[in-house]
Amino acid sequence: MPDEVNEQKKLAMVVMSGDMDRLFGAFIIATGAAAMGMEVTMFFTFWGLRALKKNVRTGTSFFGKMLGLFYGGDISKSNPSKFSFGGMGRWMFRKMMGAHNVASLPELRDLAIQLGVNMYGCQMSMDVMEIPRESFVEGVKEPVGVGFFLMKAQEAEVQLFI
Amino acid sequence: MSDENKVDLELDLKGLLCPLPMVKVSQNIGNVPVGGVIRAVATDPGAMADIPAWAKSTGNEVISAEKEGSEFVFLVKRVK
Repeated sequence: MPDEVNEQKKLAMVVMSGDMDRLFGAFIIATGAAAMGMEVTMFFTFWGLRALKKNVRTGTSFFGKMLGLFYGGDISKSNPSKFSFGGMGRWMFRKMMGAHNVASLPELRDLAIQLGVNMYGCQMSMDVMEIPRESFVEGVKEPVGVGFFLMKAQEAEVQLFI
Repeated sequence: MSDENKVDLELDLKGLLCPLPMVKVSQNIGNVPVGGVIRAVATDPGAMADIPAWAKSTGNEVISAEKEGSEFVFLVKRVK
């Protein structure tokens, strides 16, 4: 047996984007890495936070509530970064992906949790965007900061920013 | 097929796309004993690259990976 398999390889990923296409990339890589036996850390910040959310309304201040209203919902509300057309693009891509039997974003996210992928919300952006830890789905770890992510990134052979 | 390649588990991966064929093999490898063999049938051509890469990374063995018509048939041996 090659020696390299004795030590677990690690992947550390920042998910900044909430775009459908980028989230597909992030979760396909994360589930693939977990399947290959890697320890996976996903650090969700800013627009990426919605990928962790349940479909609940968030926000305490006026602006926070506005954000919750116009950028609310859960991962299934993500729009493609191009070809969006106010929701038409999302609908079209969902049809096309369904026709080709690609797993949906919620399915991939839940599969990642099931495979033991470690998902963390960025505490600072959660505070700013008024998205509380209680709005996240089961299986998401306690929020962390950039220091924790950098420690994980230093330990990892593969680092990605999505 | 020689006795050595007796199949312990059949996996139907038809219709599944990346990353699911590899994920399913990974999820099921623990269901055969060490030395056991999974026979997996996929339709995603990408699996021809992914499943051998998965085996290399996890220290398992792809005994064979063959295209049969529109299907891709893998014999995967659990090494450890």
